[in-house]
Amino acid sequence: MRLKVNGKTHEVDVEEDMPLLWVLRDELGITGPKYGCGIAMCGACTVHVDGVAVRSCSLRVGDVSGEITTIEGLGSPEAMHAVQAAWVERQVAQCGYCQSGQIMAAASLLSVNAEPTDEDIDRSMSANLCRCGTYPRIRAAVKTAAAKLRGGKP
Amino acid sequence: MSRAGTIARRTFLIGSAAVAGGVAFGIYAYKRTPLNPLLDGLGDGQAALTPYVRVDQSGVTIITPRADVGQGAYSMQAALVAEELDVAWEDIKVDPGPPSVAYYNGKVLAEGLPFAATDDGFVARNARLLGDVLGKFLGVQVTGGSSTVADAYEKMRVAGAVAREVLLQAAAQQTGIAKADLRTRNGAVITPDGRSLSYGSLAATAAKIDPPASVKLKAESDWRYLGKVMPRIDIVAKSTGTAIFGIDLRMPGMVYATVRANPRLGGGMKGYDASAAAKSRGVVKIVPITDGVGVIADNTWRAFRAADLIKFDWGPAPYPATTAAMFETVAASFNPAHQDSRLKDEGNVEAALTGASVIEAEYKVPHLAHAPLEPMNVVVQFKDGRLEIWTGTQIPLFLIAGAASATGLRAENIHLHPQMSGGSFGRRLEDDYVRQAVELAKAFQGRPIKMTWTREEDMTHDFPRPLGMARMRGAVKDGKVDAYDLSIAYPSVTASQFGRQNLSIPGPDVAIVAGAWDQPFKIPNYRVTGYRVPELVPVSSWRSVGASGNGFLHDCFLDELIHAAGADPLKERLRLCWHEPSRKVLEAVAEMSSWGSDLGKDRARGVAFTLSFGVPVAEVVEVTNTPRGIRIDKVFVAVEVGKVLDPGNFDNQVQGGIIWGLGHAMNAELTYADGIAQQTNYHAFEGMRLYQAPRIEVRALTNTDEVRGIGEPSVPPAAPALANAIFAATGKRIRELPLNKHIAFV
Repeated sequence: MRLKVNGKTHEVDVEEDMPLLWVLRDELGITGPKYGCGIAMCGACTVHVDGVAVRSCSLRVGDVSGEITTIEGLGSPEAMHAVQAAWVERQVAQCGYCQSGQIMAAASLLSVNAEPTDEDIDRSMSANLCRCGTYPRIRAAVKTAAAKLRGGKP
Repeated sequence: MSRAGTIARRTFLIGSAAVAGGVAFGIYAYKRTPLNPLLDGLGDGQAALTPYVRVDQSGVTIITPRADVGQGAYSMQAALVAEELDVAWEDIKVDPGPPSVAYYNGKVLAEGLPFAATDDGFVARNARLLGDVLGKFLGVQVTGGSSTVADAYEKMRVAGAVAREVLLQAAAQQTGIAKADLRTRNGAVITPDGRSLSYGSLAATAAKIDPPASVKLKAESDWRYLGKVMPRIDIVAKSTGTAIFGIDLRMPGMVYATVRANPRLGGGMKGYDASAAAKSRGVVKIVPITDGVGVIADNTWRAFRAADLIKFDWGPAPYPATTAAMFETVAASFNPAHQDSRLKDEGNVEAALTGASVIEAEYKVPHLAHAPLEPMNVVVQFKDGRLEIWTGTQIPLFLIAGAASATGLRAENIHLHPQMSGGSFGRRLEDDYVRQAVELAKAFQGRPIKMTWTREEDMTHDFPRPLGMARMRGAVKDGKVDAYDLSIAYPSVTASQFGRQNLSIPGPDVAIVAGAWDQPFKIPNYRVTGYRVPELVPVSSWRSVGASGNGFLHDCFLDELIHAAGADPLKERLRLCWHEPSRKVLEAVAEMSSWGSDLGKDRARGVAFTLSFGVPVAEVVEVTNTPRGIRIDKVFVAVEVGKVLDPGNFDNQVQGGIIWGLGHAMNAELTYADGIAQQTNYHAFEGMRLYQAPRIEVRALTNTDEVRGIGEPSVPPAAPALANAIFAATGKRIRELPLNKHIAFV
């Protein structure tokens, strides 16, 4: 089976029903997407397929047709995506385990909604669980990221 | 490093020692006072060197022995050392270091003492000193009890200052320039003519220098890092998916495993049939372990899938099978035979209640899972008589002792590599999952094994916060609270948790009444009695421990009495409060929330106060009673913490604690049927979601001298402030958690 992840094509020999998450983590060694619940309830495994946020823990790899982007493909420590830079600026993370998924969800939101309202943020980010309670900073960071992407000030 | 053992005792026993290609600096504080007789029993060998700073050619590494489970402990510990050592923030490297009794925690045991944090008397002060000695004696290298900052505040700054002093001496030797003419800047010694000698280049010389017996610490006004908002050292990694948690480790030849154990904890396994699992793709080996079976495979998901195919014959639960039956056991424990403590008994409660119009209530709190987002996992490798363990843990030395007894290996052949944890909330004070993996390693030697629990295994094999009940009686007189008689019954967290490490703690379990008996209120007739319920489900410490439930039940009933007296909830708490720093936090939230002002239709506020871990916290919660349920609009919180070492992290921790407290109060409980936890994943154990998170305004007060930790104390007052606000908004007094059993939330 052939998968395109972060711009690179990989050949993998896995069952069609293996969730994408475990192909990424255990077969390809891409560990930014996290295992939290396995039933699409926490969002820690969020990646993009053709730019749209999906829960990789509940997506059969055999059903993936598009190009996959993980947090590692969004940006790097040396060249951060605006959302990642906003997460650093706002010092969002505590344990940080959910933040890959939070950032991928936020990037997906901002790609279709350049200026989300509080309600928009609440609606689209609430499927991502944070046990540490960084929600106030996530809200702030989404707005900071939106401003960065628009090239203006918040 | 054993040369420290030959150095005579003195007030500060400090040593440097050569490490491979470098030098390590440490400090070991020895307070010899005639009040602490145990100290005389300590042998010289116990004066192990305590290394916090390692310098080699590549630069400086700061050793951070307290686990970072999200609370920012690595950054905080690094800041304490770096402040004195003079290292550029961006150059800081940290290493959790080897597990060692030298990293004992002198503060964590203080919370278990039967002295209120507000008790500054002779006996209480000396008991706290004894707690320090005990911590050292037992070698308690533990992260917990919001104690990291309090414990490290002095000793890690001293370690940094000592290292800097030795590096200055080394530079003086190398250059022939008098030490007084040298200064340091960002990891280098600077000569008067402007030459820069990096600390790394001085390591070899420094290794031969005896460190000074005492050092002078910087004045607070000269601090560069402490007291400032500093970027967390892990923030870029955690924002780019490059932070490596224990679950992310990859090693050559590694195999992937999971285990299934009896969800009726301790119930044993009568038999199992793994014939289908053995044929499942990718399975390498199936290993029976204590109370369950492990599956080793070539991929975690394949291990999960194969484990699903195993048929088990589990034994029955060694405790009542349902939550209802457990509550019956709790209810039956309010009697003299089960009395565990009566640490507060002021005035004469019985006399005050006789003839008075007695107000009575019963409160209940549920079992709660820790459910950190990273499920329990560990990498183990047993090869050539040497056991390697990679995992996030708050109890490194207990963990090694457990692995030693499971394998028969000597502790020096067990090597623990502490990892970053995706949350804990107390869960990583346990090592049950490590013991399982060690069984796998014994049966499958040579290659590294990464063992990962499914979320379902994690939820059904937690040692939860215990369920408990309280019965209260009270009376009011002349518009004032006059009598408060509080009886609390829980199973003992301390006995359960220490029992798993083969330790028994004598005396009462203060956790049963923590956050209730020690509150700084002067009620004329005031009594708090703890009852110890026989062990039910094994239980453990959950963020803020005893105060997590007691904050709710103690403050809510106080609120009931205040309403019965017809008094103002905030003013009456203030009138009753004798402890000045606690009064200040109440006054602060009153001001922040414009207490007393009209919020408009269907809106109301509630206040609550809990002093826990030595930190007084007052919170005001504002709610709206909407047609679809309660909405939490805003929270105001004031915290007395002595000193704020990083205002940014402080704010994040306080807010996180409130969201933790409110979320679980709204909707979370772990219930048991047939001896098994019923909430197997986040769909049934949710906590707070982003859309429900209120605006939270935080204020730190620093009116005391004691430096305190902030990971837990904002949790206990959150639930009662919410329940009190709901009462104010709806007239409905809810005496049971979670609140959504009785009211809806939007």
